[in-house]
Amino acid sequence: MKTTVVLRGGGWSLRIRPRAVAVGGACALVAFAIAVLSIGTGDYPMTPAEVLRALTGSAPATDTFIVRELRLPRVAAALLVGAALALSGAVFQSLIRNPLGSPDLLGFTQGASTGALVMIVLVGGQTAAVAAGAVVGGLATGVLIYLLAWRHGLHGYRLVLVGIGVAAVLAGLNGYLITRAQIIEAARAMLWLTGSVDGRGWEDVIPLLIVLAVAAPVLLLGCARPLHMLEMGDELAGGLGVRRELVRFTALGAAVLLSAVSAATAGPVSFVALISPQVARRLTRAPGPNLLPALCLGAALLVAADFVGQRLIPDRLLPVGVVTGALGGIYLTWLLSTERKANRL
Amino acid sequence: MAAQHRTKGEPAVTSAPLTRDTEITGTTSRLSGMSLTLGYQRRIVAEGLTVSIPDQSFTVIIGPNACGKSTLLRALARALRPSSGTVLLDGRDIHELPARTVARTLGLLPQSAIAPDGITVADLVARGRYPHQGLLRQWSAEDERVVREAMEATGVAELADAYVDELSGGQRQRVWIAMALAQQTPLLLLDEPTTYLDIAHQIEVLELCARLHEEQGRTLVAVLHDLNQAARYATHLIAMRDGTVVAEGDPRTVVTEELVERVFGIRCRVLDDPETGTPLVIPAAGRRHRAARQPAGVGAGGTGRESTVD
Repeated sequence: MKTTVVLRGGGWSLRIRPRAVAVGGACALVAFAIAVLSIGTGDYPMTPAEVLRALTGSAPATDTFIVRELRLPRVAAALLVGAALALSGAVFQSLIRNPLGSPDLLGFTQGASTGALVMIVLVGGQTAAVAAGAVVGGLATGVLIYLLAWRHGLHGYRLVLVGIGVAAVLAGLNGYLITRAQIIEAARAMLWLTGSVDGRGWEDVIPLLIVLAVAAPVLLLGCARPLHMLEMGDELAGGLGVRRELVRFTALGAAVLLSAVSAATAGPVSFVALISPQVARRLTRAPGPNLLPALCLGAALLVAADFVGQRLIPDRLLPVGVVTGALGGIYLTWLLSTERKANRL
Repeated sequence: MAAQHRTKGEPAVTSAPLTRDTEITGTTSRLSGMSLTLGYQRRIVAEGLTVSIPDQSFTVIIGPNACGKSTLLRALARALRPSSGTVLLDGRDIHELPARTVARTLGLLPQSAIAPDGITVADLVARGRYPHQGLLRQWSAEDERVVREAMEATGVAELADAYVDELSGGQRQRVWIAMALAQQTPLLLLDEPTTYLDIAHQIEVLELCARLHEEQGRTLVAVLHDLNQAARYATHLIAMRDGTVVAEGDPRTVVTEELVERVFGIRCRVLDDPETGTPLVIPAAGRRHRAARQPAGVGAGGTGRESTVD
């Protein structure tokens, strides 16, 4: 298979990597298949054909109601949170030129958690208030880190150091907030901090859908090409005509927004943002941020993790964050052993 | 190859580049810096610096470490904004021109260039086409042709599918130059293109630069460390010290014993390069070496001790 294929017409030309398209397409298909399977299982089982009929609206009213109002929101939340986290992780890894880049490392997740915990513990707010707290917390942390790290432009290294520092402070603050909580609120806070898509309704999903619908095109169409150039160093990218600060500001803003709003929807689901871009890169074997394959892979990963979490232990639902945490551990162990075999570690 | 051209018929050659140089200085300069103050945050590197790069020249900037030569190059390439003064590109302030316009006129190969993991030679060279591309114009027939020609001109065409991480230092540097060539800019700025290369690869890169300058008529500006290489390849030399230009012009007239002492603070002799007739700088021997040349017994006792003290 050729690594790149060029399509040309009058005045336009597209350069496509078939392998990257295949990886993205395969992940999207897997995500869709697991989503259908996931919707079909439960106390009222349905075949995939029945699920599809209910989705397209040609099924009995009961089926349509169960699928569209009860089960689809949860699956949609899993798909969208996975996609949003993976996309933000891919942007962070590209911006700081380090495969460890993720909203957890850089403090944005901790910021969202602080906002949510303030709402749960101090205000006693309900779901919507907690979600709003997470968004505000995540964005405020983004602004804080940007201001602290900015000095004649934004540099990846400063961003990492400032981000780790802010993450540490906020983690301490989050711990303190939990010690202040009553037992019921503390349990609620811990569940939120694990990350779960259990019982999510359309009101939880729609905001994320809107943010993703705006941020994904901005990143995929507007930022992907300049991000490729920025990976070769600031001066070289500048020499090639990349407007560095504009691109970085836009990409960082979109990625922070994605991570904050996905935290609002599902809590801080761990490892998806870290792993998805890395796995996508290994599969596509293409340099660069691999934004679209990472997005599709993240969606598949999270919906699969939720599917497993619902059935791993009978009569006991595991929050999706527990499953992704375990997957993250397995991936890192695998990475360690393959790198050691290849004598790179 | 370029140097061989220059070797043939030494007396004739000395006059030929000279007349060409006077033509150059007589004509225009598309890139110049006017009373530049350059620096980083709190440290000022240069003040009141004025230089102009003659069109179609192979200009080489030399000077001791930390004299501001790379800083000047970065300012000329728009990678550093001067705290005062202006860099003019085609008569306009380079910071007021759109980034893409600058990128189509002037290419920069910085020292800090990073090859992304797992990128092939062809992919890296293709990235030089960025300022000519757009979302719906990702890979035109012209892009393809220019990239192929850039790889052929730098001799990396047969490495097209190799991974950049697996190349030798000299090959990698040629790939970066190919990328800069693919940018198709009449002006090309190279920051220490020979650093970290062994002598064979240094010559390889400089021969390539000389050929690009002669055959393609591009204006090249390079920062180099080796004075003799600079004298051999440059058509225009800029010698800097402590953020000021000490001398500039044809290396045959500029490189003298006095200049080397003023710029680098070392005593030396300047001979004619037996290969090219260009100035050849031979640093004066240190005390130890002079002692070693004397008959045994006279300075031998001190030599050993001095070398350990040194």
